[in-house]
Amino acid sequence: MFIKDYIGTIYKSTVSLLKGMKLTGYYFTHPKKILTEEYPDNRATLKMADRFRGEVVMPHDDNNEHRCTGCQACEIACPNGTIKIITKQELQADGKKKKAIDAFVYHLELCTMCNLCVVACPSDAIVMAQTFEHSVYDKRQLKKTLNKPGSKIMEGVE
Amino acid sequence: MSLLGEPELTEDGEFVINIGPQHPSTHGVLHLKVWLDGETIKKVQPHLGYIHRSIEKMSESLSYRNFIFATSRMDYLSAHINNEACALTVEKGLGIEAPPRAQAIRILMAELTRLSSHQLWWGCMGLDLGAVSPFFYGFRERESIMEVMEETCGARLTQNYMVPGGIMYDIHPNFQNRVKNVLKQIKENFKEYDDLLTGNVIFEGRTKGVGYLSPEDAISYGCTGPTARGSGVSCDVRKWFPYDGYDKLQFNEILETGGDCYARYMVRMAEMRQSVRIIEQMIDNIPEGDFQTKTKAVLKLPKGEFYQRVETARGELGVYIVSDGAASPYRIKYRSPNFSNLSALEHMAKGAKIGDLVAIMATIDLVIPDVDR
Repeated sequence: MFIKDYIGTIYKSTVSLLKGMKLTGYYFTHPKKILTEEYPDNRATLKMADRFRGEVVMPHDDNNEHRCTGCQACEIACPNGTIKIITKQELQADGKKKKAIDAFVYHLELCTMCNLCVVACPSDAIVMAQTFEHSVYDKRQLKKTLNKPGSKIMEGVE
Repeated sequence: MSLLGEPELTEDGEFVINIGPQHPSTHGVLHLKVWLDGETIKKVQPHLGYIHRSIEKMSESLSYRNFIFATSRMDYLSAHINNEACALTVEKGLGIEAPPRAQAIRILMAELTRLSSHQLWWGCMGLDLGAVSPFFYGFRERESIMEVMEETCGARLTQNYMVPGGIMYDIHPNFQNRVKNVLKQIKENFKEYDDLLTGNVIFEGRTKGVGYLSPEDAISYGCTGPTARGSGVSCDVRKWFPYDGYDKLQFNEILETGGDCYARYMVRMAEMRQSVRIIEQMIDNIPEGDFQTKTKAVLKLPKGEFYQRVETARGELGVYIVSDGAASPYRIKYRSPNFSNLSALEHMAKGAKIGDLVAIMATIDLVIPDVDR
């Protein structure tokens, strides 16, 4: 009885071992099925998904105009204090004063890419960019001002 | 205690060693103090706190929309389901319900998360027991699910796709086709999983009869999820306390009566097939309509206490919110599945060999950030 069990175990072990070896051997001899992304060699062709959340950016049009009114909805929506909006009073053409942004300060080092600021924005001024290579040598470089120098608000955005 | 000199021995001649906090088989910064007699475990003491980030306390200063993102960092392998639990609790407090389309998408995403989590567990389990190749096979299909998540939610792991009242934005137009392709691939790969591990004699020898947990002990330690279901305790929240329309779906609660590592393994393997079954029912039947109910700009829960539980990939997650009527919660408590499951570790490991401790920990499927929060 003991001998029978012993031989049975050896047979079962060999079969299960070969079963596994067959599978790994198949993939060893069929390298086309390998799915590894060869980053950073494929950097030129690598395209992230449209909705991928890399960092917050503020799109500007050709006239260097953005859509941010300085309402600070994103600043309130942010859970980490990533966004700081500094506003100023700007003199309009008709002599009236209007609130406008002086600097849209964005701390990339604090951002968790939760997308809540983009959802909160009433005028679609900020979007998520698909960049992901954020490493820098100095922490200060992660503090970004999103509005370009000399930019102003687009006509008709309230 | 001497770090470099003589090993520490207790009065009974027991040998004390520390596993972790930096140890590959503890799956994170878990520190286990183990008392050994030869190779037999006399006592195990988990030491926690290495990755405590005080998410509960932090949430008290955040609004009801903002605190959800932090729960992705608790059980990062079922981030989606954690977010869902928080969103459901806030919805319960507000007295609203997500529209049918949002509920369907929530279920789809939750089951995809469960699939990817179990696949990672399967790979890591093989790795813990000394087989390196399952790790790569497990990660291969997981990657395709991660790509679906990336396309629709915008992130791979910390999605933050749930908001109170529905989901953040509608699914990507490619979503349905892509999920169908993933399912087709995964169903073929289940056979590979069985070939590699399930029927393997070495694997069976390492797991069968190891780490026995009786149904009574599973209940008294508060174990949930596959850990308890491997002992025959019926505790699937999706069946007992259905949320988001799980009651309209056809699926089985998997129960095994073995109570050992092999039973817990089989529960998870069968659960993956049930997840596939759920996704197949839902994927062509996503109702049309809104994906989010209209909510106020500032959410304020009425004064009171609200509790909602969901079934994550590891067990029952409970979110308990105490509200004093303000715009942020007065107190938040998460009942995390891993904390309770870890407490049963000593009971399971007592009397086992030190190699079995790794097998037991693999089948509990610990995620340490969820233990500490």
